[in-house]
Amino acid sequence: MKNLRFYIPVSVFAVLAVVMWRGLYLDPKELPSMLIDKPLPAFALTTVEGAAITQQDLPQQVFLLNVWGSYCLPCLIEHPTLMRLAEAGEIPVVGVNYRDQQELALRWLDDNGNPFAFSILDEDGRFGIDLGVYGAPETYLVDAEGVIRFRHVSVLDEQVWAEKFVPAIAELRRESN
Amino acid sequence: MLIAIAIAGISLMPIGFAQVDTFAFDTPEQQQRFRQLSNDLRCPMCQNTNLTGSSGGVAEDLRREIHRMIMAGMTNQEIEQFMFERYGDFIFYRPRLRAETILLWFGPLLFLIIGGGVAFGISRRAKVVNAEHGAPLSADEQTRLHELLHKK
Repeated sequence: MKNLRFYIPVSVFAVLAVVMWRGLYLDPKELPSMLIDKPLPAFALTTVEGAAITQQDLPQQVFLLNVWGSYCLPCLIEHPTLMRLAEAGEIPVVGVNYRDQQELALRWLDDNGNPFAFSILDEDGRFGIDLGVYGAPETYLVDAEGVIRFRHVSVLDEQVWAEKFVPAIAELRRESN
Repeated sequence: MLIAIAIAGISLMPIGFAQVDTFAFDTPEQQQRFRQLSNDLRCPMCQNTNLTGSSGGVAEDLRREIHRMIMAGMTNQEIEQFMFERYGDFIFYRPRLRAETILLWFGPLLFLIIGGGVAFGISRRAKVVNAEHGAPLSADEQTRLHELLHKK
């Protein structure tokens, strides 16, 4: 009985301490997406080049949906990774050109290289709202059925790719086989 | 000279602290609802600013959406549901009462009850201890206490 009186508060304290300690290291800027395990929202827009496009035109396999803009500096940082993925043919990358201007977007692709199968032109950010985007860059992992399975907020560099995307993609490909 | 520089500096500061979107409404009630919703919803990209106070891109888009939905005749509840489906609990300054948020709502009350219980238990035990050991001293004990206190 005496022991219990000692251990209960100590264990409550220990549990709280662990939870709060972990909480210190959570990034408050990284919000969970509400669209995980939900289908990609429908859209009828154009590509940055001006071709009409809907969700029917998306790849029928696991692909990345990368939200970018010519104004977005972190997008330049992750750009080499996206270029490498596209060139190596590891996974198709579809862009969402978010709250940008068409001519600036085209020039950005010309200057830096275009890793995207195509980029959806979302000038007024309306498609971004349906996706729950709150700022470029964001990258969504979409499965072959067009269901969003994972979202990464901010720069997708080689480390994030190896640690977060590679295992998630392997899992998705195993599922579909 | 310094004053001139200071004045120039102030006048060059961005004027964009207050939002200057101009939305047209049919009734003052719609405008009131717009103001209330943009005050009560949090800008998703800026940790602690409401939609009214944020100049962020997504906040601008969401204000435009709220205006569109109000003009389309949607209720506040429908608009809040629209926001929740896209941005989750983060968008609300006052999160909804759901399984995920129940600890947030009632956690403090839980701690108050536990703490209150502990405090009550301690004070009761103290009373019992006082009752046992706090009885007046007998004549013998009094003499002994007196001796102990005045022993040289």
